[in-house]
Amino acid sequence: MNFYQFSSPATFYSFAGRIAPWFAAAAAVLAIVGLWIGFAVAPTDFQQGEAYRIIFIHVAAAWMSMFIYLVMAFWGMLALAFNTRLSAMMAQALAPTGALMTFIALWTGALWGRPTWGTYWAWDARMTSELILLFLYFGIMALRSAIDDPRRADRACALLTIVGAVNIPIIYFSVQWWNTLHQGASVSLSAAPKMASIMLLGMLVMTFAAWFYTIAVALWRVRAIILERERGSGWISGMQGIAA
Amino acid sequence: MTGALALSDNETPFGVGAALRWAVVRDLRLALRSRAELGVQLLFYVIVVSLFPLASSPDRTLLATMGPGVIWVAALLASLLSLPRLFASDFTDGTLEQIALSPFPLPALVSGKILAHWLTTGLPIVVLAPMLGLQYGLDAEISGIVMLALLIGTPILSLLGAIGAALTLGVRGGGSLLALLVLPLYVPVLIFGAGAADAVRAGLSVSAHLSLLTSGLLIALVGAPLATATAVRIALD
Amino acid sequence: MLEAQALTARRGAATLFAGLAFRVDAGRALFITGTNGTGKTTLLRILAGLTMPAEGSVRWRGDAIAPFSPRLREDVVFIGHAPALKDELTAEENLRSLVELSATHPTDADVEAALTAVALGAQRTLPARVLSQGQRRRIGLARLGFSRRPLWLLDEPATALDAAGLVLLSQMIAQQLATGGTVVAATHQTLDVPAERVATLTLS
Repeated sequence: MNFYQFSSPATFYSFAGRIAPWFAAAAAVLAIVGLWIGFAVAPTDFQQGEAYRIIFIHVAAAWMSMFIYLVMAFWGMLALAFNTRLSAMMAQALAPTGALMTFIALWTGALWGRPTWGTYWAWDARMTSELILLFLYFGIMALRSAIDDPRRADRACALLTIVGAVNIPIIYFSVQWWNTLHQGASVSLSAAPKMASIMLLGMLVMTFAAWFYTIAVALWRVRAIILERERGSGWISGMQGIAA
Repeated sequence: MTGALALSDNETPFGVGAALRWAVVRDLRLALRSRAELGVQLLFYVIVVSLFPLASSPDRTLLATMGPGVIWVAALLASLLSLPRLFASDFTDGTLEQIALSPFPLPALVSGKILAHWLTTGLPIVVLAPMLGLQYGLDAEISGIVMLALLIGTPILSLLGAIGAALTLGVRGGGSLLALLVLPLYVPVLIFGAGAADAVRAGLSVSAHLSLLTSGLLIALVGAPLATATAVRIALD
Repeated sequence: MLEAQALTARRGAATLFAGLAFRVDAGRALFITGTNGTGKTTLLRILAGLTMPAEGSVRWRGDAIAPFSPRLREDVVFIGHAPALKDELTAEENLRSLVELSATHPTDADVEAALTAVALGAQRTLPARVLSQGQRRRIGLARLGFSRRPLWLLDEPATALDAAGLVLLSQMIAQQLATGGTVVAATHQTLDVPAERVATLTLS
C-alpha cells in the first residue's frame, strides 16, 4: 500500500470516512463489555468497597490522555519536518479529545480519592502532572484559535506540543521528588490496590474502548477540518451532498 | 562570482560570538533607554511579595515558611510580565525580520537577546531577593540559598519564557495566552528552586536541588534558543 | 541569477498569484508593479526566504531556496515595508546596528559619510523617534550603500522619498546593476535606471 497517497487531504477524507464507523462500532462494543466487567462482574474490593469501580474509567482515560499527547507530538514533528498539512490537521483533530480524556481522568481520580483516601485532591505526582497536562492541552487549543493563519497555527502548535512533550516527564519527576521530600504531608495515590486479573482485564478492555473511540472521533473531526481548510479546492465541490 | 561580491575586508565571519555580542549590546542599550519600564516591572515584583503577609497573617513562623515560595512566585510573575518586550517591539518595527534574515545564526542572536533580558529582569530579581527576605524574617543562610537558587533559576525562566514570547508574537490575547503557555514550563523550576530553601530549613542538603536546577539550566541553554529561533521563523512566516 | 517557476501564493482562501515564472540575470533588475493587495510584498518575502509559496519554487544561483536558507541570507539585502529602526536609537546607532547585523564592520567615519550622503549628516545624533518618514527611509538607503550583497529585494523603496532621495535611490540601483548585482523591487514610481537592464512584472 502506498502510504504517500494518504498524505493528500482529498484521499484521506474518503478513507477516514470509510474506516471511522468501524472504530466507533468497536469502541461501543468494547465499552459495553468493559463497563459490564467493571460494574457487574468484577468482585467487590476487600478494602475499598464499590467505590473503586470508577478506576475502570479513570485508568483508561489517564492512559489515553498521555498517549494522545504523544501522538500529537509525533504528528507535530512530522508537520514541522516535512511541512505536510495532513499531519498538522491530525494533531489539531486529536487535541480536544486529549483534553477531554485528561478532564475525565482528573474528575474520576478525584471521585475515587474521596471515599478511598478521604480527600478529593492530593498533590501527588500523577494528579499534579495530569493537571498540568490539561493546561498544556488548553494552551495548544488556545494558541490555535488565537492565530488566524492556519499554516502558522499548525507550526506554532506543533512546536508547542513538542516542547510540552519534553516537559511533561520533567514535571512528573519534579513533583514526585517534591512529594518524597514532604512525606507524610500528602497521601501517595500511586500505591495501586492489588488487582484481581478480572479487574485488569476490565481496565484493558476499557482502555481499548477509549482508544478506538479516540480514533473514530479524531477521524470524524479531521474530516471536518479538511473540509474547512480545503474549501477553496476543486475536489470538494465535486462531492455529493456538498453545495458548491 | 567575482571578488567584488565576496567577503570584503571589513566583513566579519558569521560567528556565534559576534552574533551574541551584537544582540546583547543592542538590547542592553535599548533597555537602558527605557529604564522606566524596567523599574515598573521590578516594582511589581516588590509589591507582590509585600502583599502576601497582608493576605494571611504576620505570624513569624508562617512567614518564614512562606517566604521563599512567595519570592519565587513573584519572580515568576515578574518574569512573565517582562517577556512580551523581548520580541514585540522588534516584531512591529520590522527589526525582527532583519534579524531573521541576518547571516548570523538565529539561535545565537536569540540567545543574546535572552541574555540581555535576563540581565535586565532576572538579575535585579536575584539582587533584590535578600532585601525582600527581610520582610519574611528569613535568616542569612536561607536568604543566601534563595538568592543562589534564583541566580540559577531566573535564566531558565528567561530561556523558557522566550519560547512562549516568540510563539505568541502578534497574536490576540498575547499576555494571558503567554502566561498559559509558559507557566506549565515553569513548574519544575519553581519546585526545585523554592524547594532548595525548604531543604535548608529542614536541615537537609541542598545540593540535589541545585544540581537539578543546574542541569535544567544546561538543557534550557541548549534547547531553548533553538526552539525560540524556530518559533520566531514561524511567527514571521 | 534568480529564477522562479510556477510560483503560487495564497492568503487564506484567496489566491494572490498563480503560476508565476520569471528569471533575473546578474546585472539586471525586475520591477514589480500592481495595485495594493496583489501580493507584491508576499512575492518579495518568498524571494527572501521569509515565507514559502503554496506551490512552485525559486532558485538563486542554481540552488533552490528553502525558508531562511543560509546561502540566501549571506547574499540578500531585504528592505521591507517597515524601515526596521529602533525609536530609542539615534540615526547613527540604527545604521551601524543594521550594517553590523549583516556581518559588516563599518568604521565611525564610514557611518558618518553614509549618513551625510543621504543628507542626514546633521541629524545623525537624533533619536529615530523624531525623524520624519522620509528621513527614516533614507537611513534604509544609507544601509544599501554598505552592502556588497549580490541580491537586493526592496519593497516600495521609494516611499516617502523626495526628488533628491529618488535620484539617490536610482543611482544606488544603477550602481548595483553595473557591478553585476541583481535587484528586485516592488515600486509604483519610475526610477531612473538604464531601461535595457530592467524588466517589469505586473501583478493583478
